[in-house]
Amino acid sequence: MRIGIASGKGGTGKTTVATNLARVAAREEKRVVYLDCDVEEPNGQIFLEPEVKWRRPVTVPVPEVDEELCDLCGQCGDICGFSAIVPIGKKVLIFPQLCHSCGGCRLVCPLDAIAEIPREVATLTAGEVDGVEYFQGLLKIGEAMSPPVIRALKAVAPQAELVIVDAPPGTSCPVVEAVRGCDKVLLVTEPTPFGLHDLELALDTIGCLGIPCEVVINRAGLNGEATRELCRSRTVEIAAELPDRRSIAEAYSRGEMAVDVDPDFRDRFVALLHRIEDQP
Amino acid sequence: MIEEKGSYVMKIAVSSTGPSLDAHMDERFGRCPCFVVASAGESDFEPVDNPCATQGHGAGIQAARLVAEHGVSVVLTGRCGPKASDTLAAAGVLVVTGYGGTVREALEKYNAENASS
Repeated sequence: MRIGIASGKGGTGKTTVATNLARVAAREEKRVVYLDCDVEEPNGQIFLEPEVKWRRPVTVPVPEVDEELCDLCGQCGDICGFSAIVPIGKKVLIFPQLCHSCGGCRLVCPLDAIAEIPREVATLTAGEVDGVEYFQGLLKIGEAMSPPVIRALKAVAPQAELVIVDAPPGTSCPVVEAVRGCDKVLLVTEPTPFGLHDLELALDTIGCLGIPCEVVINRAGLNGEATRELCRSRTVEIAAELPDRRSIAEAYSRGEMAVDVDPDFRDRFVALLHRIEDQP
Repeated sequence: MIEEKGSYVMKIAVSSTGPSLDAHMDERFGRCPCFVVASAGESDFEPVDNPCATQGHGAGIQAARLVAEHGVSVVLTGRCGPKASDTLAAAGVLVVTGYGGTVREALEKYNAENASS
């Protein structure tokens, strides 16, 4: 079972749900793999505190032009959809951070003047803690493109009984890349107008991908009815409601996990885990 | 187009909110809706729509290519990002930032400052 934890709005509790789920599953002696795909800000490590096993760089291919061979025909610039390679004046400018590494410029160059060279954009880290195999990607500062890093992260992670994918916030390419291949997605939301708005967007996104999805309402309590109404109208089930509780916030602020400090939360996460496992 | 005159006429592009000399300047280079391209020493001008204004990324680079393709040698704007600056430099276009007010005021200011040199 490969389960994606996504949200739409940031800060609703994706990592809280993902890490607590990983911990209760590991306590049940399951082989758990945790992928922190929020490669701009991987926070799962703060709670799981894995022991690092290895680190390795992620590179993406970017073009390099041999100016001796280039006759400035301009075909590379014409095929590039991102202005990453720009023949102008008497040279060809390359903006590596805009390059999506499609290789089109190299293919169209009639003079074979373009080579692809690796450029380091991120670091993958693997670790382990209490039966959870932990993997994360971390983009270098200033890098903008996370999908290649998420792909690299997914490629190094082994298969397991339960793979938990902690997705980045939002509804754009990085989220799509993170949850692609998941058997199910849990959308974590909070009962605020902003949370509700972004939940709708997230439901549309996951719907387009055709992945079964359910909702987890975090900090449930006041104003939850609008979220429940949305789920009813979209025929999406609510997999769990996690009550708004000061003691949980305090534990969180110390980097402690809800299932370790609150038996009621532990029961809720065990129930959530079994619910996920029991559904086809 | 003014360039087919035999002699070289310097063209100046001003990032603008609209296609006229009395339009307010747009302080952004890459994402201004249009450029007003004027020829030094003449009252004639040519408005050039900037299709890059709403582009997701790389707007500055494409805007730089656009003005270069129009034979511009000087750009007057409010500010210009590093990628657009690199592209304009490669195309041999001079960028002067810090301009504001209307397009006409920007051109007058630039002409006054460069008349003596």
